[in-house]
Amino acid sequence: MAQALDPHAAIATTASGVETDDGPLRTADGMPLARALARSQTQARRRAFLLVLPLLAFVMITFVVPIGQMLQRSFYNDGFSANMPQVSEWFAATEPGTEPGEDGWAALAADLQASAEARTIGVVGTRINYDVPGTRSLFTSTGRKVRDGIEPPYREALLEIDEEWGDPVLWGAMRQASTPLTTNFYLASVDRTRAPDGSIEQVDPRQRVYVMLFMRTFWLSALITGLTFLLGFPIAHLLATLPTRKSNLLMILVLLPFWTSLLVRTTSWMVLLQQQGVINDILVWLGVIGNGGRLQMIYNQAGTIIAMTHILLPFMILPLYSVMRTINPSYVRAARSLGATSWTAFRRVYFPQTLPGLGAGALLVFILAVGYYITPALVGGSSGQLISNMIAMHMTDTLNWSMAAALAAILLGSVLLLYWIYDRLVGIDNLKLG
Amino acid sequence: MTGPGQDEAFVVFDHVQKSYDGQTLVVKDLNLTIGKGEFLTMLGPSGSGKTTCLMMLAGFETATHGDILLGGRPINNIPPHKRGIGMVFQNYALFPHMSVGENLSFPLEVRGMSKSEREGRIGRALDMVQMGRFANRRPAQLSGGQQQRIALARALVFDPELVLMDEPLGALDKQLREHMQFEIKHLHEQLGITVVYVTHDQGEALTMSDRIAVFNDGRIQQLATPSQLYEAPENSFVASFIGENNALSGTVERREGERAAVRLATGELIDAVAVDAVREGAPTTVSIRPERIEFKSELLPGGAETIEAEVLEVIYMGDILRTRMRVAGNEDFVMKCRNTLGQTRLEPGQKIRIGWHPQDARALDPV
Repeated sequence: MAQALDPHAAIATTASGVETDDGPLRTADGMPLARALARSQTQARRRAFLLVLPLLAFVMITFVVPIGQMLQRSFYNDGFSANMPQVSEWFAATEPGTEPGEDGWAALAADLQASAEARTIGVVGTRINYDVPGTRSLFTSTGRKVRDGIEPPYREALLEIDEEWGDPVLWGAMRQASTPLTTNFYLASVDRTRAPDGSIEQVDPRQRVYVMLFMRTFWLSALITGLTFLLGFPIAHLLATLPTRKSNLLMILVLLPFWTSLLVRTTSWMVLLQQQGVINDILVWLGVIGNGGRLQMIYNQAGTIIAMTHILLPFMILPLYSVMRTINPSYVRAARSLGATSWTAFRRVYFPQTLPGLGAGALLVFILAVGYYITPALVGGSSGQLISNMIAMHMTDTLNWSMAAALAAILLGSVLLLYWIYDRLVGIDNLKLG
Repeated sequence: MTGPGQDEAFVVFDHVQKSYDGQTLVVKDLNLTIGKGEFLTMLGPSGSGKTTCLMMLAGFETATHGDILLGGRPINNIPPHKRGIGMVFQNYALFPHMSVGENLSFPLEVRGMSKSEREGRIGRALDMVQMGRFANRRPAQLSGGQQQRIALARALVFDPELVLMDEPLGALDKQLREHMQFEIKHLHEQLGITVVYVTHDQGEALTMSDRIAVFNDGRIQQLATPSQLYEAPENSFVASFIGENNALSGTVERREGERAAVRLATGELIDAVAVDAVREGAPTTVSIRPERIEFKSELLPGGAETIEAEVLEVIYMGDILRTRMRVAGNEDFVMKCRNTLGQTRLEPGQKIRIGWHPQDARALDPV
């Protein structure tokens, strides 16, 4: 009793978790309320999960897994290490830069023979070919000759087949390929390479393309984003302020590019912009330019910029429109009645309220532009190519998927970085996509 | 307070007409003079042209014909930002991306005032509406009533001589609305500004205004003080729009000066005060306010006429008992009795005689 009367004792009992009469709430049959609540909601939650399960599975199978696999290729390639186990072991046991002794040559010869028999020598050659161009045929031709057996001394035997086997650069490349994990593709993506002694150096100036292409991709994407803003803002404003009937008509015109095949749109730009095309013809006919001075507006950067701005314009207009539609005209009226000129009212009252839409549109257009492929490929010529065209080339022509994956990973990383910066500066909650 | 200095014309609408589509007139030949320091309310149903008039005065719409004068100067060609008119909008129109202080600072910044002067004025304006502590809040963080006060402070902070209010209390609940009515009224008296107030709420108009302009169909139906408007409506529209009203239709049998004898549809002859437009022999509608009707003979004023009525329904409303009756063929004839201790409780089906002072019956144009 004395304990119950002492307020401090009562607090101590509650704090130590001993359940008193006024402890945790319970249901009528004595089950703790929290558990009863969780149980009653379990079924609804399970049903909701089953509803989204198909989509989840679809996204996993078609998106997350393939992209994960693709990205894995950018730092993991076992084309050499898996098929050349003995020489890989020798590389692991020796210091980088070690002159190969007879044991190394023997391991190489044995692996080449085994690999040739297993018909994997092409894979091995391809992997080394990424680092030392022109070596794939060395592997395949040597493979053909050693398939039926090779006699020691292996060094002399291999050098007799091809002098190139003695090249320290080749051995350096093989050493790097002897472990499946590699950063070489990332280094190559930023125009760097590894010297035979393992140090990182810039590639030959004539081969430096990727950094320039990345810069060009980001610069052109920013430019296109700016152009879509300049062109799209007035249209979006018009759409948001016109009477419904007229704005619907205008909306159809805005959406028309969406409903037209990308190829048709791009081809029509070719018809319009090429040197013998409509615009040049009209300019010549008007006498603005001479017949010899026809403008080159396509198959260069200008072509990429014009066509991509056109194609991406709706992605800027739609978020802007959806935000502008919600801005009550009385805000601008209030600003005017308070003494602001129409320009001040626009700058200080209307424009700031469109920022969520502008942010969403700019982010959308920029991210789409950074990864755009078909349009630059068709109308970009050589100066209008973007990094995505390089990725596609590695996917389809050189079959260097690891290189494609590394370039794509850098692109993905920089987009995520931009997204993060945007979130820090503007806040992703302020984004309004529609 | 009866319109200080109404002889001094501050705002003048001179034969103003407005059309949006070139085919119909939204405002038909508006003539209106507003005195300096006056609180004038434009009252009317939606679509009656009252908001259009306000927008023309603010400069957001242009008059199709006629002149609007402000302080003796035609303002048709002056853009809104040079008119120096404060305005409170229906949805407050507080800039959502600015704090309360920045909202109030806006009109002062565009007028190029120094920072210290701005701060002084903002402080005074916020204190005026008892919102001094809220300068750093965002409008979205304020309640409806608080936003209303800020909108008011923003319209007043640059000392305009004329303030327009477009249904500013429409979004508030009843209690807050009544409270804000008094606050706006007090601010008006305190600052001596001219206020043009638009509303469709007749109670609001009666409480706040010096004069009320009742709009309907693009015209001013009557321009008068609240009491004149309620007690002496000039036509049937005003009588039915302001307050509750009983209408009995009949024909004017005799007319002598102000007085007219009206033969009702069911044959009874009653006395009424006639407006100018009503002629002998013409059809008319007699209008009587429900609270001016009595059924106890001892309470009837001297000279009152009585008429037979059948009680149809008694609605208990707390402070009053609202009795619906059939009178001269009209089944929506309403009498309001105070719910006092000794009040007689009427029953449906009961036959009684009701009456009113002839001064309270007005013979108006037929509906």
